[in-house]
Amino acid sequence: MSDSRSQILAGIAKSLGRATGDAQRAAARERVTGHARNLIPARAQLDPADQIRLFEQMALEVSATVARVASLDAVPDAVAEYLAGHNLPAELRAAPDPTLDTIPWDRRPTLTVSTGRARDADAVSLTGAFAGIAETGTLMLVSGAERPTTLNFLPDTHIVVLKAEQIVGGYEDAWDRLRAQAAAFEGGMPRTVNMVTGPSRTGDIEQTIQLGAHGPRRLHIVLVGE
Amino acid sequence: MESTAHRFPENARRALQDDTLQYMLAKSRTGFQLKRAAAAQRLPEFEALRDQGRDLKNHVLEHLDVYLEMFESKVVERGGVVHWCRTAEEARDAILGICRKAGAKTVTKGKSMISEEIAVNDHLEAHGLIPIETDLGEYIIQLRKEPPSHIIAPAFHVSKEQVADAFRAAHTDLPPERSLDEPRELITEARLMLRRRFQEADVGITGANFLVAETGSTIIVTNEGNGDLTQTLPKVHVVIASIDKVVPTLEDVSTLLRLLARSATGQEFSAYTTFSTGPRRPGDLDGPEEFHVVLLDNGRSALLGTEFQDVLRCIRCGACMNHCPVYGAVGGHAYGWVYPGPIGAVIDPALIGIKEAGHLPNASTFCGRCEAVCPMRIPLPKMMRHWREKEFEEKLQPATMRQGLGVWGWFARRPRFYHAAAKMTARMLRRASGSDGKLGSLPLPMLSGWTEHRDLPAPEGRTFQELWAERRGRK
Repeated sequence: MSDSRSQILAGIAKSLGRATGDAQRAAARERVTGHARNLIPARAQLDPADQIRLFEQMALEVSATVARVASLDAVPDAVAEYLAGHNLPAELRAAPDPTLDTIPWDRRPTLTVSTGRARDADAVSLTGAFAGIAETGTLMLVSGAERPTTLNFLPDTHIVVLKAEQIVGGYEDAWDRLRAQAAAFEGGMPRTVNMVTGPSRTGDIEQTIQLGAHGPRRLHIVLVGE
Repeated sequence: MESTAHRFPENARRALQDDTLQYMLAKSRTGFQLKRAAAAQRLPEFEALRDQGRDLKNHVLEHLDVYLEMFESKVVERGGVVHWCRTAEEARDAILGICRKAGAKTVTKGKSMISEEIAVNDHLEAHGLIPIETDLGEYIIQLRKEPPSHIIAPAFHVSKEQVADAFRAAHTDLPPERSLDEPRELITEARLMLRRRFQEADVGITGANFLVAETGSTIIVTNEGNGDLTQTLPKVHVVIASIDKVVPTLEDVSTLLRLLARSATGQEFSAYTTFSTGPRRPGDLDGPEEFHVVLLDNGRSALLGTEFQDVLRCIRCGACMNHCPVYGAVGGHAYGWVYPGPIGAVIDPALIGIKEAGHLPNASTFCGRCEAVCPMRIPLPKMMRHWREKEFEEKLQPATMRQGLGVWGWFARRPRFYHAAAKMTARMLRRASGSDGKLGSLPLPMLSGWTEHRDLPAPEGRTFQELWAERRGRK
């Protein structure tokens, strides 16, 4: 296989009519370390209040639902109401994420909250988010010991607690925030980064969009803060 | 998959007589076009982003070897393995080797055109493994034992009644009297059946829309979430990707992502865009223990430095086939190999040879819509013309066609004869035409095929050159 490797690389250089040289390496290294931004759409460069409004609008467009609450203290009520309103069991499988630890679940004693990765029978999951991206109403979720990826895909209903200050304008802003926390992730990238834009959907049957193909049928965002 | 591209004329004729296919094509075609137009209109920077996407991919292709090396070193740093494969055969064997080492029985798969290109399912099955497609469209066509007919909508040609038939035949442990009339019911059933499969799979195979050199990440862009379950639940994750998928940075991939979904389905962004970097980390509660990237060349590196280099900019959005009048008339299967539509007409001859796929670049009216909507601004009609030239150079067309082109070429190089002949022919056709100004049949046998299914509008009587001369004389 290493033979194939050298043949492919040599073949590329030969087709391009050059040897693999220092000049090419230098140009590529400069691009990869520079993180230069390309064109950023105007809609990804709004002021923070408009960003939050755009995030909410775009998330609603892709069939997510959004509830706004003032603080983490209000999350248990908002979640319990959402579950009751959709006739869902008052049982949550939550990420063991310390940023969610201050949610006072004991305010709603009828809610059962367990933590860990998703299991087959879990109907509703609750996770935090790394960022919300206004330009398309996209959530950025990152994996880790405290944030299992299965919670984002296995349960029928996925509830995401997003803080208003986590909302950024464009994808590039979210990458910058991730790089600023590179030390938290081995090699600067978590194993999995999920950009989630609305619930699961498919158009594979006669090109008619249906929600809930394999991932969650419902995506509910509890937006905390201003 | 075995190619039937050399039988394009017969395939196309059959497609035109297939009522279900014609119904599906008529039903679904304009949807993609309208949605793409609306999405492009809504983003004022869309055209400028297309320019940047083109320039970015051109830069990558000029530095392809060094970006691949960088990508590889990052994958290895994160504990993953890269398998370099020159041919489909090498890639099939690499994947089988990984599965065997993992002691795998069941292999789930996310949607991947490269996996169709290397026909990995047949290979795994021949060696006793069970590959299961988990994208709904791919699952449907796997049950129907047929190839995809569209690169982003594999079951584009299948009606919901046909899906119901396939499900009844395959899911024999479900009550036979159940209703499967509505898409909702079909999706619920597929979800239920595939959930079991996700849990029991030993290896998960996905494709990759992009590879990031900066981080060693592979990216899948999906709507269903099947790709994520495919790569998160089994102990081994295998990514199959061709070498042209590499992109320098997260910023660069963000630019291409702004173009991909809008061009493909007209979505602002697909539901799931997932970046995978190495296997699960210490302490992680889920995710695969092994991470493999199978990098496939299969003839692509040989296109660099040729008149076909630009086709490697393709990000596989499917916009060209969604807007192609020929694809719209005959569907994807008629093309006879993995990639249909205008992109297939350019890339299929490159991968399986002009002798096998020579009909495909000829199956175009050169209307130019494919190039007009291609997010990477690939000059597809120009490249089809290059293939026609190669076909002529290699003497692959029938003798009558070559002679006809020879006669035309003789006149075309001699303007005085050409004008005289054009004048005479125009007058003759005018006289031969009926009162409606149309010709129902052409006199020469080699031309009669043209009028078999349509009328030829007769010339007005005078040639363009005559009218032009008259206009200039008047000034």
